[in-house]
Amino acid sequence: MTASTAEPASKVELPASVGGGGEIPTFDITLRVRRYNPEVSEESHWDEFKLTMYGTDRVLDALHKVKWEHDGSLSFRRSCAHGVCGSDAMRINGRNRLACKTLLKDLDTSKPITVEPIKGLPVEKDLIVDMEPFFQSYREIMPFLVAKGHEPTKERLQSPEDRERFDDTTKCILCAACTSSCPVFWTDGQYFGPAAIVNAHRFIFDSRDDAGDMRLEILNDKEGVWRCRTIFNCSEACPRGIQVTKAISEVKQAILARQF
Amino acid sequence: MSTTPDIRFPRSSSETGRVAPKYTRHGGGTKGGFEMAAWLFMRLSGIVLVVLIFGHLFVNLMVGNGVHAIDFGFVAGKWASPFWQWWDLAMLWLAMLHGTNGVRTIVNDYADRDTVRFWLLVVLYAAATAIVILGTLVIFTFDPCPVINGVRTGADFCPKP
Repeated sequence: MTASTAEPASKVELPASVGGGGEIPTFDITLRVRRYNPEVSEESHWDEFKLTMYGTDRVLDALHKVKWEHDGSLSFRRSCAHGVCGSDAMRINGRNRLACKTLLKDLDTSKPITVEPIKGLPVEKDLIVDMEPFFQSYREIMPFLVAKGHEPTKERLQSPEDRERFDDTTKCILCAACTSSCPVFWTDGQYFGPAAIVNAHRFIFDSRDDAGDMRLEILNDKEGVWRCRTIFNCSEACPRGIQVTKAISEVKQAILARQF
Repeated sequence: MSTTPDIRFPRSSSETGRVAPKYTRHGGGTKGGFEMAAWLFMRLSGIVLVVLIFGHLFVNLMVGNGVHAIDFGFVAGKWASPFWQWWDLAMLWLAMLHGTNGVRTIVNDYADRDTVRFWLLVVLYAAATAIVILGTLVIFTFDPCPVINGVRTGADFCPKP
């Protein structure tokens, strides 16, 4: 097969008049993408692309169409493209979402759809940001099991109730949609951020873990949980539906309960 | 549970060198005891202030002749009682500390240049200190019938010289 071969056509030949269940409505959209290329200019600018998309397409499909058919220099991250890897968090129409979980038909297609990199992290190119500050906070809360005593010969058993306690915060995919939606993080990037606190919560309330106290101590920092203003941007941004603000206030209460 | 000293903090900031200086936390591990106390104070003082302020409004505006009774003599009469002196003192201090702390967090959240933040906080703390000291002095040294240069002055109800 040569590289220039087009996608193989569908094996099932249907006359155009039939359409039927297989017919997907198409519509035209305008995609406004925030472009930045430090090798060309220190200034970022908006690029507009007029595209014809299908009703089943997501914002990620529109970005693919731009990159594959219009402008190959457009840069963005995506890995699994199915809402699990957390690579393609971006600011779509001013809200942090995953491009692979946002259907175009759910957005207002009469107006241009704006796509920007997530805020608060240094932009490297177009929609790609440097995630290192985000992961630095994540590493600081020790996102791994710390158990004292001898290692058991079997798996560490846990009751369904104990597992339920932190179930919500196990869903995090580290896409940074929450942390980069937080105005406190935008200011100076010092705040640990919702994602780090969510992942601390996942271990603090795990009955098998023994370093909860240490994590609470880390988050009792000047830049820790007390900088949360409970504005719920993070809960709204989370593509996994984690009750982020609730998790943060549970950590606050745990720190208070430990003091008094 | 007690802290386990045998587990080290895997702090990564300076080791990798990948993180922009903007994102390396000031001081690295500053204890948040003050921030926790401030957070708790905001909630507790808020609850107490609701009682104090609505009690204040009810007594001043609803009881007796209500709002029409308020004049110099009314305030003088209230501050003749230690109960209302302490009530107003609590209201003054809690409201000022609550408000100052609120503005402090707003300044910390939104002032992104260190010098701007520093000077905004200096102005804030100076203003708060001045108001708290002046208010406290007024509550406890208030004399409706002061004697100035040997002459008793003040409101109509003061004993005539």
